[in-house]
Amino acid sequence: MKVLLGVGGSEDSLRALEDTVERARAAGDDLTVAVVENPRSERTPEEVEERVRAVLGDAGIDADVRRVDGDAGSQIVDIAEDEGFDMIALGGGETSPMGKINLGSIAQFVLLNSHVSVKLVR
Amino acid sequence: MTGDRMYPEEPAGPFDPPPLSFVDRDDRTIEIRPYPPDAEGEAGEAEFEALVEMYTAFDPADRAQGIPPSREADVRSWLETILGGEGYNVVAWDGDAVAGHATLVEDGEAYELAIFVLQKYQGSGIGTHLMKALLGHGAANGVEHVWLTVERWNRAAVGLYKKVGFETSDAESFELEMTAQLAKPE
Repeated sequence: MKVLLGVGGSEDSLRALEDTVERARAAGDDLTVAVVENPRSERTPEEVEERVRAVLGDAGIDADVRRVDGDAGSQIVDIAEDEGFDMIALGGGETSPMGKINLGSIAQFVLLNSHVSVKLVR
Repeated sequence: MTGDRMYPEEPAGPFDPPPLSFVDRDDRTIEIRPYPPDAEGEAGEAEFEALVEMYTAFDPADRAQGIPPSREADVRSWLETILGGEGYNVVAWDGDAVAGHATLVEDGEAYELAIFVLQKYQGSGIGTHLMKALLGHGAANGVEHVWLTVERWNRAAVGLYKKVGFETSDAESFELEMTAQLAKPE
């Protein structure tokens, strides 16, 4: 399966990175990682890209890693639709101190706009 | 849910702190007490088990954003987290049974609020009393800023929050974020 993973640097996006890379290794998915700008993340795109390459390296996976500038949600949807991806994978939200799940703004946009199936990693 | 939240200028309350009691619209005498009963004390095992019982009986359709958890083991660890931390809790009792629970969980300088009323006690005015009692209990212990998130289609909950003084602070997500600034206790 051709999978596009969007990573912006939030904690849930980093969990999605680990999970999706592991899944790609087990299933033989063709994985592309889009490093996107998440204004709510404290990590810079450089730091996020470094982390992505480290996780891919540890898993021994050869994936395309791209830096994507501009509005993250719309860019992810555009890439997935233009390039024939089968699935978009994203972090499935952060939990509040109470334990409530709050979906990130990028995931919300992608869910409502994508014609490609979306997987939210919990 | 990061960044600086906006709080209303108009304070909410002041509200009477618990313990208090009232007769609900179905003629049940409901007592609202802090949990644990005093700041230094510990709640008894019976009270904890009564809370577990309410949450395991909770209608899954009334879950919001993943809480309360559905499995009993998850309910227990979730309760231990929110009851054991630096927060404030009030419980509505119908005799020895728990009708509802409201909680403030510490989040830096502010507190996150949630309220749960068991299905058979809904629509009888308990939620409003429980909210006011929780805010009164929080204010009496120095809480000033409270926030919550609520699914925007949950009109009953949004109405209750507005009634006691919450205002919408972020409407750009699936869930509304609402905030309140508590009045100093009288």
